[in-house]
Amino acid sequence: MAPQVFVYVAHRDGQAADSALELLSAARVLSPDGLVIAMATGWGAELDQVCREMTGRCPEVWKLAHEALAYPNAEAIRKCLSGVLPSGAVLLLAHDTLGMDLGPGLSIKLDSPFVSDVVAMDPPADGALKLVREEYGGQVSTHLSCDISGGAVLSIRSGSFPASEETAAGEVRDKSSDIGDLSCGRRFIKIVEAEAGDVDITKEEILVSVGRGIEDEDNIEIAEDLAKALGGVVSCSRPIVDAKWLEKPRQVGTSGKTVKPKVYLALGISGSFQHLGGLKGNPFIVAVNKNPKAPIFQVADVGVVDDLLEFVPLLTERIDNQ
Amino acid sequence: MEILVCVKKVPDPAENEIVVRRDGSDIDRDDLVYSVNEWDNYAVEEAIQLVEEHGGSVTVVSVGDEESDEIIRRELAMGADAGKLLDDEAFHYSDGRGVAAILAHAARQAKYDLILTGAQAEDAAAQVGGMLAAMLDVPYASLVVRVRVLDQGKLEIAREIDGGNLEINQIDLPCALSIQTGINEPRYVGIRGIRKTASVQVPVLGAAELGLVPATVGRAGAKVRKLDYFVPELGQGAEILQGSREEIADQLIARLKGRGVIQ
Ligand SMILES: Cc1cc2nc3c(=O)[nH]c(=O)nc-3n(C[C@@H](O)[C@H](O)[C@H](O)COP(=O)(O)OP(=O)(O)OC[C@H]3O[C@@H](n4cnc5c(N)ncnc54)[C@H](O)[C@@H]3O)c2cc1C
Ligand SMILES: Cc1cc2nc3c(=O)[nH]c(=O)nc-3n(C[C@H](O)[C@H](O)[C@H](O)COP(=O)(O)OP(=O)(O)OC[C@H]3O[C@@H](n4cnc5c(N)ncnc54)[C@H](O)[C@@H]3O)c2cc1C
Repeated sequence: MAPQVFVYVAHRDGQAADSALELLSAARVLSPDGLVIAMATGWGAELDQVCREMTGRCPEVWKLAHEALAYPNAEAIRKCLSGVLPSGAVLLLAHDTLGMDLGPGLSIKLDSPFVSDVVAMDPPADGALKLVREEYGGQVSTHLSCDISGGAVLSIRSGSFPASEETAAGEVRDKSSDIGDLSCGRRFIKIVEAEAGDVDITKEEILVSVGRGIEDEDNIEIAEDLAKALGGVVSCSRPIVDAKWLEKPRQVGTSGKTVKPKVYLALGISGSFQHLGGLKGNPFIVAVNKNPKAPIFQVADVGVVDDLLEFVPLLTERIDNQ
Repeated sequence: MEILVCVKKVPDPAENEIVVRRDGSDIDRDDLVYSVNEWDNYAVEEAIQLVEEHGGSVTVVSVGDEESDEIIRRELAMGADAGKLLDDEAFHYSDGRGVAAILAHAARQAKYDLILTGAQAEDAAAQVGGMLAAMLDVPYASLVVRVRVLDQGKLEIAREIDGGNLEINQIDLPCALSIQTGINEPRYVGIRGIRKTASVQVPVLGAAELGLVPATVGRAGAKVRKLDYFVPELGQGAEILQGSREEIADQLIARLKGRGVIQ
């Protein structure tokens, strides 16, 4: 018998996250004709709204309401899910900051195999699932296999599966009475919003973005000179902020800013999915990287395989001389 | 505060080009330069700073091979007080759960108030910390970028979530945290610092010493099996400009002009 597939729907302000529809597509790979059940945890009117929204997509939506779930505290959600999921359930969740918090421990509590950050999978044969993950920042991929006939927890990378177009006239099943004790050793206090910087890179049309390939704080100047020549501003990848070479508001990526420039120059940036996750609006991407196999060349329009410390000053000089 | 930090030896991404072996069984490890996982260095630094302020000790532990001894010594040179290497043939080909189970056995050998891991390693699975916490049945928080000790056995921690927003939580000790990069500035250690740790004993513990049933970890215990490595079929990809450095610059300028970036 095919395992029962569940999709955990994350939500905010009463709306399902974009990941929900992608998870539903991924679920279809596991269960081509079977029932896929969506489940959402939360409290109050917002949860009701999300559950209603999901009935347009899934025949069955499990509502799990509890005051302790009002904020998505992974510790409480894990207790809730490990209590209500039937044995043998296969649960799909998004590989995001909530999924990373929730998934690994949940797989232990359910005694199920766990595979994170899945980018592709084949339909299972006799309970054996073959999946694809990336390693080393996308430089290589691996095939993994696991037996999902006794259940599994799988976290799915954003953008790897298309948004599901299936519709349904489903119904909400309130499973809240199955929720047990949710007291846990971690309590949510508040959200502190990221601070704004001196420049707003989200509004710029031309971004000259530097990554670890810039090698030294003093070399940032090279990018600033190019940005000046092009009339753009300098942005960066996370390691540059970690090293305190540039301020956090200059960081592009899932844990930084989401930008939508017309032109994006990626200098010494490898192209990790967390970095590219902050790049929207289909810009013209130019990558300068000394490694011809850097994943950034897969998404760039134009590539220059060279040492940026040599190439970029020359480029700036030739632009200035025009 | 007694702190255990889990550290992993990984191929240094800055020093290596990762190449898949022809038969796909593994990456080519012959000439790889290894270092400590980037995230784990931040975790060790955080532990050292906490102990400097609040007292206690830092123990680093790694599931690895003889060569992992070197990365443990690197962390000792940073200021960790003790190191343990968990190495046994039975541990080879463990999945994330297997690694977490081995670490859990080591964690149970002493009373730790705080267990730190990196947010992720080069496999980017970001799994071991959360699994370890669940096995030990202690509270967990991932992607931590700030730790503040409160009284009464509690910490205030900040998790970095989407958009760089911070999620502030209180968490009870003992607990496990996975540390995100940027939480601190890991101190530099040179070769000389590492050499000075040569006289420190780093015990090697196997399944027997850890009281662990070998078949529950390693290849035998793995619920997830790695089948092969491959380089994905390349899509269209970028148009790679060819020619001398000057020619390439001029071609790029022409492209940027075509886009109206340069007048
Ligand atoms: C030859 C080979 C074969 C493998 N075969 C399989 C397989 O069949 N199935 C499979 O699922 N995986 C396999 N792996 C991968 C595997 O064992 C990973 O090491 C394991 O999944 C944990 O690492 P991670 O990158 O997932 O850690 P993550 O969960 O990404 O790391 C998070 C944190 O956990 C801690 N941590 C992780 N690993 C260690 C460690 N070894 N010692 C101490 N702390 C650690 C660190 O603090 C780290 O920052 C194989 C690896 C090799 C090299
Ligand atoms: C939860 C989470 C959130 C994250 N959020 C973000 C985020 O918001 N933004 C982000 O950027 N990252 C984020 N990361 C980190 C991400 O996983 C990568 O580690 C990071 O993007 C890598 O940055 P990089 O490309 O600059 O460095 P690397 O991956 O080290 O790449 C450096 C590149 O420079 C090239 N290079 C080196 N020297 C030269 C030279 N002289 N000339 C030309 N090329 C050279 C190398 O070939 C390499 O491709 C996040 C990680 C996690 C776990």
